[in-house]
Amino acid sequence: MEVIIQQLPIVIHALNIGFMQTLKLFAVTLLGAFPLGLIIAFGSLSRIKIISMTTGLFIWIIRGTPLMIQLLIVYYFPGLVLHNPIWGGGESGRFMAASVAFVINYSCYFSEIYRGGIQSVPVGQQEAGLVLGMTKKQIFFHVTLLQMIKRIVPPISNEIITLVKDTALARIIALQEIIWAGQAFMKGSYNISGAIWPLFFTAFYYLVFNGIVTVMLAGLERKLDYFR
Amino acid sequence: MSILEVRNIRKTFGNIEVLKGITFTLEKGGVLSVIGSSGSGKTTLLRCLNFLERPDDGVITVKGEVLFDRNDPKTLHESQIRRKRLHFGLVFQSFNLFPQYTALQNVMLAPELFMKENHTWNAEKARLADEAEELFVQIGLADRMNNYPHQLSGGQQQRVAIARALIMHPDILCFDEPTSALDPELTGEVLKVIGKLSEQNTTMIIVTHEMEFARDVANQVIFMDGGVICEQGEPHELFGNPKEERTKQFLMRYNQK
Ligand SMILES: Nc1ncnc2c1ncn2[C@@H]1O[C@H](COP(=O)(O)OP(=O)(O)O)[C@@H](O)[C@H]1O
Ligand SMILES: [Mg+2]
Repeated sequence: MEVIIQQLPIVIHALNIGFMQTLKLFAVTLLGAFPLGLIIAFGSLSRIKIISMTTGLFIWIIRGTPLMIQLLIVYYFPGLVLHNPIWGGGESGRFMAASVAFVINYSCYFSEIYRGGIQSVPVGQQEAGLVLGMTKKQIFFHVTLLQMIKRIVPPISNEIITLVKDTALARIIALQEIIWAGQAFMKGSYNISGAIWPLFFTAFYYLVFNGIVTVMLAGLERKLDYFR
Repeated sequence: MSILEVRNIRKTFGNIEVLKGITFTLEKGGVLSVIGSSGSGKTTLLRCLNFLERPDDGVITVKGEVLFDRNDPKTLHESQIRRKRLHFGLVFQSFNLFPQYTALQNVMLAPELFMKENHTWNAEKARLADEAEELFVQIGLADRMNNYPHQLSGGQQQRVAIARALIMHPDILCFDEPTSALDPELTGEVLKVIGKLSEQNTTMIIVTHEMEFARDVANQVIFMDGGVICEQGEPHELFGNPKEERTKQFLMRYNQK
């Protein structure tokens, strides 16, 4: 016990650094996947067959394979197969590769939710806008979008909470996120080795983070409760 | 001269011909009631007039301007549709108010976006707000302007939908069974608003199953059956002394109800 109390500040310091990577990956994934998912959703809804079919195939592949494999492919494929190691060897290269894999993966999940959201807004809403002389673009931004957001907040919330935990997968390409940082104390980090409790302690970070995210999303859901 | 001339409108879905050549005219300030059983093509006709469907054949002329002529490619440009459909307004059976906006915002949204696009918003917004408020007085909902649609009854929602159509000043206002989605005790308030509009010489096409109302409000009635105009005439003629067998049968079924 005494040992743990002695180690605690060092461990927390290291875990905080790891957690910043986790947070960064989380934020970059959301910032990238929110808009990219919308573009993919429009692609899968396209009336041009070749676009909707290509998009559908892409979504199927990404959702049908583990994110962990996608991470490995994105990270190793350029260097090992194309002999063009675009990511470099360092932590920033690993972060870039992880970001690309996460953004692509989550865009596809988001796009399916967006698609459901767009389709769940009754066509009468769009037609009402049309007969009032609104353009398709005006109708999307001023009529459809908020109704769609209201409908997708609950399923998107589920994905976001999954994302909090999924960030741990980036450890497979040695991204120094929080679990990597916790595990490092088993093999020797800051002169501490053979300590397993820091690894377990990372769960606490996830719990708190998820708690905050959940409360924020519930707040957003309540904010959109003013209309039906 | 007629404000609206519709000539030989045809519309096919798949291999079902839903409109088989519809021809009629409407005078300025006139009110046309359209009756007919379900599936006879009434909604499709209104949707063609509002450019929600493109007819496969025919000509639509408003105030002498040919808005649509299947055989004149110049009238078919997608880019012109938006301007053309503003000649018409459409009130839907299911209201289709925008749920995230208050009643007042529902009425103001389209003209506001239009004015912002044309950079006249700042100059005109005060006038527009006044006009919107007048419309709410007219539909009897001056005290409910700031309610959201879900806080209003069906009859109130439909009256807001009418105000939303009126603020665009359509030449011809179309109604597609405006009271069919309402509880019986709420139809009266909506019909009263439409009745008042006819007194103010608003040009209207009203598809309805309210036979008494169709007769009283209109100066012309069309009975549609199977995608054609089966009979057309002045209300007292068509309701009092129908010529066609199918009209008689249709009206008889209604009288029994
Ligand atoms: N978008 C569509 N696709 C296929 N069939 C349609 C479509 N719209 C209407 N119809 C068909 O056209 C016929 C006439 O419909 P409608 O105009 O709604 O009649 P009404 O309003 O008189 O009840 C119906 O048989 C209906 O099923
Ligand atoms: Mg109908």
